[in-house]
Amino acid sequence: MADRISIYIDKKEYFTTEDKTILEAAQENGVYIPTLCHLPETESSTSCRICTVMVNGRPLTACSTPVGEGMEIDNSTTQITEWRKSVLEIMFTEGNHFCPSCEKSGNCRLQALAYRYQIMAPQFPYQFNEREIDATNDKIIQDHNRCIICKRCVRAIKDEHGRSFFAFIDRGHKLRVRLDRKLGKELTDELAEAAMEVCPVGSILVREKGFETPIGQRKYDLERIGADIEQNGQMKNHE
Amino acid sequence: MNKPVVATASLAGCFGCHMSLLDIDERLVELIDLVEFNKSPIDDIKKFTKDVDIGLIEGGCCNTENVEVLKEFRKKCKTLISLGECAIMGGLPALRNDITVSECLAEAYLDGPTTVNEHRILPNDEELPIILNKVYPCHEVVKMDYFLPGCPPSADLIWEALVALITGEEKEIPYALIKYD
Ligand code: SF4
Ligand code: FES
Repeated sequence: MADRISIYIDKKEYFTTEDKTILEAAQENGVYIPTLCHLPETESSTSCRICTVMVNGRPLTACSTPVGEGMEIDNSTTQITEWRKSVLEIMFTEGNHFCPSCEKSGNCRLQALAYRYQIMAPQFPYQFNEREIDATNDKIIQDHNRCIICKRCVRAIKDEHGRSFFAFIDRGHKLRVRLDRKLGKELTDELAEAAMEVCPVGSILVREKGFETPIGQRKYDLERIGADIEQNGQMKNHE
Repeated sequence: MNKPVVATASLAGCFGCHMSLLDIDERLVELIDLVEFNKSPIDDIKKFTKDVDIGLIEGGCCNTENVEVLKEFRKKCKTLISLGECAIMGGLPALRNDITVSECLAEAYLDGPTTVNEHRILPNDEELPIILNKVYPCHEVVKMDYFLPGCPPSADLIWEALVALITGEEKEIPYALIKYD
């Protein structure tokens, strides 16, 4: 067993063990820290920065930073909220996110975070960059307009030999995710659905699955993202 | 006391946001008690007859006429609101933003599968507004004061926002009312 330590989040004391990241420690204590690229059980890609918290006065990503005894963590100062909103607004203006026509709308983590932070309109100018849609695979469609380069699909969707179906190609602003043409032919229905599920936006779509759930019953229609974590915490504090 | 004056316009939109405004149902009667309508497709007043307190704009700017109307609204309205996704980010009309205007025109008037255009004429009458290179969100053309997202924004959201503005009371908007679709 790892040693029990105490940390402070927003000035409140919580207990955890040394082997955790700040994110894990917060979650088990019912404190929600937003994440996009983070995927439990895989190595962090720390690409989205939405989980940024202040640790002893320095900005660090909660999903990759281990806890330490007595750590003082800020998770809800105005500065942090503004940073997080900016990250979301950059994503909304850099990609082409036409929510009204997106199959993932209502189940999209990016959108759900924007709802949680009550973003009414982004402060940055829309880029309307040209992006392609790849519909060459029989099972899935890749809409690059929406990809936020979180690498979750690359890390999660693998065959029995551990080979990734998706990979990054090119660099810098040209970087994008490509489904391996050959391996893609072996994509099973289960893996295709898992890929759609793991993608935090509507960039990976299983054919004929869009708009399955009626409006009002989708994941984030009525409940804000993170509510489950916060509720668990409340229940625990009650025990 | 004079009632606050409201004006509305639909630019590059589909009138869905206006429909949603009408969707406040019987609260319309209350609304008419609370405000007076000026220029709006709802009452068919075509020209501003006075200064306006609240302007509601549906749709972004896809042509020169949209820009002109929007600028006029900005001049006349104390508070100007982007109503719906198209006003806020261009919406579905902005799907053309990574396609050139000439390609769009060719698809619509020359090469479309259902197009018959023997003389291959593109609309070019001087009466017609000129199409812009892109569809622009309203706040990239003039300053907008508030934004009500949704495609369309729900009737409840519009109602809550209008009442808050008219009464001057700040309101917490319920989670389920802020939606981008
Ligand atoms: S396709 Fe989806 S999961 Fe893959 S990198 Fe892009 S946003 Fe992330
Ligand atoms: S969730 Fe931590 S950097 Fe993306």
